[in-house]
Amino acid sequence: DSDPVGFDSLDLNERRGRSTDAELDRRDGTRTSEALTPAAAARDEFQEELVIRPLHSGDIYASFQFRTLWDTDFLQEGQKVSHYRLFPKSLGQVLSKFSVRELHISFTQGFWRTMQWGQPFIPSPPGAELWVWFHDTVSDVDGNWKELTNVLSGIFCASLNFIDLTNTVQPSASFKPLGLGNATDHRFLRYATLPREIVCTENLTPWKKLLPCGSKAGLAVLLKSEKLFHSSFHSQAVHIRPVCQDEQCTSKAWELRQTLNVVFDLYTAGQGKKEWSLFKMFSRTLTEACPLATSSKVYVDITDNPELFELSPATPLLSQAVVLGDRRTYSVFDLTRAETFGQLRSLNLLLRWKGDGEMLRPLLHAERYVAGFGLQTGEIHTVIYNNHPYRAFPVLLMDSVPWYLQLYIHTLTVTSKSRDNKPSYIHYQPAKDRHRPHLLEMLIQLPPHSMTEVTVQFERALLKWTEYTPDPNHGFYVGSSVVSALVPSMVAMNTNFTQDQPLFSSFVPVKEESSYFVRVYTEPLLVNLPTPDFSMPYNVICLTCTVVAVGYGSFYNLLTRTFQVDEPSLPLAKRLANLIRRIRGVPLLT
Amino acid sequence: MDYYNLLTTCAFIHLLVSIPYAYSNYVENKAGQFFSSGHTNNWAVLVCTSRFWFNYRHVANTLSVYRSVKRLGIPDSHIVLMLADDMACNYRNPKPATVFSHKNMELNVYGDDVEVDYRGYEVTVENFLRVLTGRLPPSTPRSKRLLSDDRSNILIYLTGHGGNGFLKFQDSEEISNMELADAFEQMWQKRRYNELLFIIDTCQGASMYERFYSPNLMALASSQVGEDSLSHQPDLAIGVHLMDKYTFYLLEFLEEVHPASQANMNDLFKVCPQSQCVSTPGHRTDLFQRNPGSVLITDFFGSVLLHDMKQLVADVSSQKPKQKDWHPPDGFILGLWTLILLVFFQTYGIKHLKHIF
Repeated sequence: DSDPVGFDSLDLNERRGRSTDAELDRRDGTRTSEALTPAAAARDEFQEELVIRPLHSGDIYASFQFRTLWDTDFLQEGQKVSHYRLFPKSLGQVLSKFSVRELHISFTQGFWRTMQWGQPFIPSPPGAELWVWFHDTVSDVDGNWKELTNVLSGIFCASLNFIDLTNTVQPSASFKPLGLGNATDHRFLRYATLPREIVCTENLTPWKKLLPCGSKAGLAVLLKSEKLFHSSFHSQAVHIRPVCQDEQCTSKAWELRQTLNVVFDLYTAGQGKKEWSLFKMFSRTLTEACPLATSSKVYVDITDNPELFELSPATPLLSQAVVLGDRRTYSVFDLTRAETFGQLRSLNLLLRWKGDGEMLRPLLHAERYVAGFGLQTGEIHTVIYNNHPYRAFPVLLMDSVPWYLQLYIHTLTVTSKSRDNKPSYIHYQPAKDRHRPHLLEMLIQLPPHSMTEVTVQFERALLKWTEYTPDPNHGFYVGSSVVSALVPSMVAMNTNFTQDQPLFSSFVPVKEESSYFVRVYTEPLLVNLPTPDFSMPYNVICLTCTVVAVGYGSFYNLLTRTFQVDEPSLPLAKRLANLIRRIRGVPLLT
Repeated sequence: MDYYNLLTTCAFIHLLVSIPYAYSNYVENKAGQFFSSGHTNNWAVLVCTSRFWFNYRHVANTLSVYRSVKRLGIPDSHIVLMLADDMACNYRNPKPATVFSHKNMELNVYGDDVEVDYRGYEVTVENFLRVLTGRLPPSTPRSKRLLSDDRSNILIYLTGHGGNGFLKFQDSEEISNMELADAFEQMWQKRRYNELLFIIDTCQGASMYERFYSPNLMALASSQVGEDSLSHQPDLAIGVHLMDKYTFYLLEFLEEVHPASQANMNDLFKVCPQSQCVSTPGHRTDLFQRNPGSVLITDFFGSVLLHDMKQLVADVSSQKPKQKDWHPPDGFILGLWTLILLVFFQTYGIKHLKHIF
């Protein structure tokens, strides 16, 4: 039978085969591909980067970004692309088959603690999150969405096939495209999250295979699962979007960013010592850059150096970048230059803490919890903090609640500083039992230095027997709320487009000088639904059958039983004597 | 006396002819057996059906078979691995991203290159039966399908908690032995396998293969009906039992097997006798057409390797008949009895015939 998805082979051997193609290219150099392709040579580009940010609590935050630019005839519908160089074929085929314009998928284990760690470079909610912008030429977006989730579940070995219409929403304002294009029709956007999804080596393995060098060279050699999953926070994501290749946007390309954020804990992975090195974090050191990369750099945040941290080996190469509204200084280690590796031909960075310090308070922070008692009703509280001393700014809060928590929207209250705060924009889509979840989006103006609380009451529904998970007493998850905002920046942000910008500062396009975009995810909720006793059908059947058997059986016996006299059986000697008497034809004994 | 002479010479000629005929028959049989194994690709469906941290050993069982099967050559694209719960990245695992099979953390069967096709809530009876019979929704990706054909040898390994005639999936549903037998019959009728090896490591595992009725099935179980399969050894650092006894000794046996090994199914039947396993492992070969002694372990656990044809013919013809599997040549018994009768009648005369018949 034919290929179910219509590809030649979208199986895992393809991905493994790709890395050998990369090795072939490495041996011959880039000249081979240029010789093969005629005049307009496709120039794929690959950049890799690692940012290490020491945190004040003694933990350390490492953020990997791998960016592949796929230079291809853009947005040509119906044109089959068959030449893939650095861009992975499995994702390229997904983009063309499902007419995807933007794809963002993330797998996260753990929760990002904004108050202790600051703002992450790439935020992500616990579990799996997938949001996709389709082209406006797509006629059946839901059908494409369903097939796309199934294909991605095969590529990433995750149970993304559980994403269906009961947990998919179409946010109207929270998830604008991060790439090119000014789409406003949110009918082509789909957003879903699976808070229960586990991340483990089986998700990391295919993720690593999407890289041009695999996990054999460059920064990806550091990605060892035994160390990465022994951390407080682990998030790996794939972001695909169309971008401009230059200032005037004369040529466009697909950009694939693979990001991996990990926070190593001081006590579990660090054994309590406030001293970190690459070897301690990843059990590996760097020996070479990926030969297919045009740039391969390690940035270490030394803004608080030398009062708080000490970095060795020291390097004269410094770079300043304004990221997340703050001007930070970074030490740059360029892996494409041989002198970075020194005499030992390996690079191992050592960071030692020298003192304690106070972290800059993040300007935007959110929390969420369930209040109430019992298994019938409850209340969801979302608390958003604005820590800016004098500036107020608006935030967009998006809540997607499953249908089995029936929200009573007339009880929705938004209070700031104990006064009612009316949102200027509300988009609410009520849930439909077993079809659609609730979607609530609100634009709330946060007063300076304040706490805003959003509360809504709900009632828990009783599910049908087959809708319960095999472990219903664990509870049911409600996905994180998303708070998106343009936060006023202390430092002027750079709106110019430069090719040489480090990847971590160019993830989100900066449109204004005075503010930067921030997305904060709250905790997911775990609520208990009224759970029936699953052994009751068995108990009921046993009891009913016993009652029927005893009651009806006795009655039947009383009505139909007859008594007859039974002759006692003869002993053996008399029976043998009777046998002989029967043969002789003589009357029998009794 | 002429009559007797004729009979004697007939018996003698019979014997003379049967010996060389038997030898060439043997060589032909050997070549025929090699070609008659008839499979061109190998698949494996490995299922762990238990949820919760204290069932760590079932996941470790499945992963050890996965590891052996990958080591012997079956690629990930031909393995459908179903794990009902995540033990490696479970928050209760003191060593994340690892699943150990031997205590003191000697062997990490999870490894660095694992691909789990069905995980968590996806491991249900319905999904398992759909994978076997191939009746999956059209949008299912290839890595989740069993794309076997009529020349595939399939290994199916199940582990979990079971009882007499059923296997429990995730503490909420069961698969019965009749359903399994019917699924295999569907596979046979749709020509989805050439030969199938079914291994089950649960309590009362032998009850699961009692109802099989399709041809070319061989089954092994870790315990008989009425017996419990026991777990092997706990690890005090992790806090749970790491493996079940039967699969532990199966893993130790498979670690000795390499892709060119000539070990056969009779060796597999001897894995974990009652002295080691406490339960009595059972097996069923009546539905299998070939002799288990001629079935190689690598026919199911490994991948088909291409052979050079000339070398193959030279191998077969140069082999001397083996001592241990010797059968007397055809017609030998008949010739022997003819000789005995002839001698008897020659000595005692033909008149005694009427007393015998």
